[in-house]
Amino acid sequence: MKYTFEMIVLGVGAFLALVGAGFAQDRLFGAHMWVLFFVLLGGTILLLQRIEFRPAVAGAAPRQSEYFDEVVKYGVIATVFWGVVGFLVGVIAALQLAFPDLNVEPWFNFGRVRPLHTSAVIFAFGGNALIATSFYVVQRTSRARLFGGNLGWFVFWGYQLFIVLAATGYLLGITQSREYAEPEWYVDLWLTIVWVAYLVAFLGTILVRKEPHIYVANWFYLAFIVTIAMLHIVNNLAVPVSFFGSKSYSAFSGVQDALTQWWYGHNAVGFFLTAGFLAMMYYFIPKQVNRPVYSYRLSIIHFWALIFMYIWAGPHHLHYTALPDWAQTLGMVFSVMLWMPSWGGMINGLMTLSGAWDKVRTDPIVRMMVMSVAFYGMATFEGPMMSIKTVNSLSHYTDWTIGHVHSGALGWNGLITFGAIYYLVPKLWNRERLYSMRMVNWHFWLATLGIVVYAAVMWVAGIQQGLMWREYDDQGFLVYSFAESVAAMFPYYVLRAVGGGLFLAGALLMAFNVTMTILGRVRDEAPILGAMPVPQAAE
Amino acid sequence: METYTLMRHFADSWGLVAMMVFFFGVVVFIFRPGARNAAHQAAFIPFDHDVIGSEKSERHAGGKPLHTFPHAARKED
Repeated sequence: MKYTFEMIVLGVGAFLALVGAGFAQDRLFGAHMWVLFFVLLGGTILLLQRIEFRPAVAGAAPRQSEYFDEVVKYGVIATVFWGVVGFLVGVIAALQLAFPDLNVEPWFNFGRVRPLHTSAVIFAFGGNALIATSFYVVQRTSRARLFGGNLGWFVFWGYQLFIVLAATGYLLGITQSREYAEPEWYVDLWLTIVWVAYLVAFLGTILVRKEPHIYVANWFYLAFIVTIAMLHIVNNLAVPVSFFGSKSYSAFSGVQDALTQWWYGHNAVGFFLTAGFLAMMYYFIPKQVNRPVYSYRLSIIHFWALIFMYIWAGPHHLHYTALPDWAQTLGMVFSVMLWMPSWGGMINGLMTLSGAWDKVRTDPIVRMMVMSVAFYGMATFEGPMMSIKTVNSLSHYTDWTIGHVHSGALGWNGLITFGAIYYLVPKLWNRERLYSMRMVNWHFWLATLGIVVYAAVMWVAGIQQGLMWREYDDQGFLVYSFAESVAAMFPYYVLRAVGGGLFLAGALLMAFNVTMTILGRVRDEAPILGAMPVPQAAE
Repeated sequence: METYTLMRHFADSWGLVAMMVFFFGVVVFIFRPGARNAAHQAAFIPFDHDVIGSEKSERHAGGKPLHTFPHAARKED
C-alpha cells in the first residue's frame, strides 16, 4: 500500500496545526494546536513506516464480493478501549466527590474530569460502538460492501481524532459550557466533516443495497445519524472570537439558548443513546437467540412513534425556569406519552426470546442482552415519571437524576454494547467461540450488581437531598443549609464509587476476554450449566 | 406578522395536522392487507446474508420463506 494521498493530507494538516500554534491568540488554543500537531505528525510517520515498495499484487485490492470488516474490527477494539478509559474516569470522578482532596488542580479537578467522563462513555465508547455495529449491520442487511471505499477508514480515524481533541481540550480547560457539547467551535467543525462522511458511507450502502427491503435496524441507525447531524449543527451555532482562538460565543442567548441546549441534550439521549442502540437490539438479539424479531410491524410503529415524540421532550429539563409554562407542559406531556413506544420496543425485544427463554439460563450473552432491555424498560418508565412537574420539583438538580441517567447508560447502553461485542468478536476474527463464556457470566453479574448498587444509592441520596432542600420549620425558615445537604451525601458517594468500581471490574474482564479471543486462545473451562456443547437443533 | 408568531401559528395548525396525518398514515399502512406477510419476510433479513456472495438468498428462492424455526441446517458464515 502506498497511502500517498493520505500522507499528504496528514502532513499538510500537521503543518496547519503548527501554523495555528504559532498564530494562537490565547495560550489554550496554542497548547491544543501543539497536541493536534504531534498527533498528525505521529500519524504521518506511522503511514510512512507502512509503505511497501513491492509492486502491488494483482487481486490484493479489496474485492466488492467481501464485506468491509477490517474497520469494524478496529471499531470493536476502540469501543473496548474507550469503554475501560471512560468507566475508569467515572470511578475517579465519583471518588473526587466523596474525597475532595483527589481534585488535582488544575487539570484533574472535578469540573474538567466530569465532561471527560461523560464524553468518553457517550461519544468515545458509545459512538465507536454505534459506528462499528452500524457498519457491520448495514452491510449484512443490505447485502452490499460498505459504500465509498476507504471512507470507512476516514470515519473511524477522523472520529478518534475528534475524541482526542475533545478529551485533551477538557483537561486543558477549553469548553463552551454546553452539556454533552463541550468541545469548542473548531473541534465541532471537524466532527461535522466526519459525521457527513459517516452519513455518506452509511446512506450510500443503503442506496446500493441488493436487498429490496431496508431492515428496521437500519432505519434506527439512519435516524440516529441524521438527527445527530441536525442537533450538533444547530446547538453549536457560534461565533469564534478569533480564527486562532479557542473562545466562541453562542448564536443564541437567554432562554432560547437554554432551550436549544436541552433540545440538543435530550435528543442526544433520544437519538444517540436510544435510537442507535435500539438498532443494535433489533439486529443482535435476533442473531444471538437465532429467532426473528417478535413483531416486525411493532418495530416499525416503535420507530415512527419514537422519533415523532422524542423530539418534543427536551423542555422537561427546564421545569420551573424562565421557559414559558406551555413549553414546559408540552415537554412533560410528550415525555409521558413517550413511555408507550419505549415499552412497545422493550416488549418487542424481550418477546423475541419467546420459545427460547431457556437461553437466558444457558447463554450469558443472551442474559446480558435481556438485562439490557429490562434496564431500557426501567429507565424509560423512570424518565417519564421524573418529567412530571410535581415529581421534578423534588428530583431536579438532585442525584436522583444522576442515578436515572446511569441506570439507562450503564444498564441499557452498556449491557447491549457488551452483548454486541461478545457476539461480534468471534465472528470478526473467525474464532470458534469466545476465550471464556464463564468470564462473560462474571462480567454480567459484576455489571448488574454495580448498576443496582449505583442506582439504588442514588435514589436514596437524591430523595434525601430533595427533601432536605425543601424542609421548612414552623417559622418559614429553611432547616438545612446547602453545605449540610452536601455533607450528608458522603456515605452515598462512597457507595456509588463502589458500584462504579464493580462495573469497571466487569469491563476489565471483558477487555481481557476479548484480547485473548483475538489472540486465538480458548480457556479450558467447564461449560455453562445446561448449555449445549455443540450447536444443534433446539427441538 | 412577527416571525415567532407566524411560526408558532403554523406549528400548532398545519404543521401539527401534517405530522399527525403522516404518523397515522404510517400506522394504517402497516396494517394494510398483505402487510403481515411482507413484515414476516423482512424479519428474516438478518439471517440471510452473513456471506455477501449468496446471489439469491434462501428467502428469495421459492418466493416464500424457507425458514421454519428452529434452523436445523442453517449455513451461517
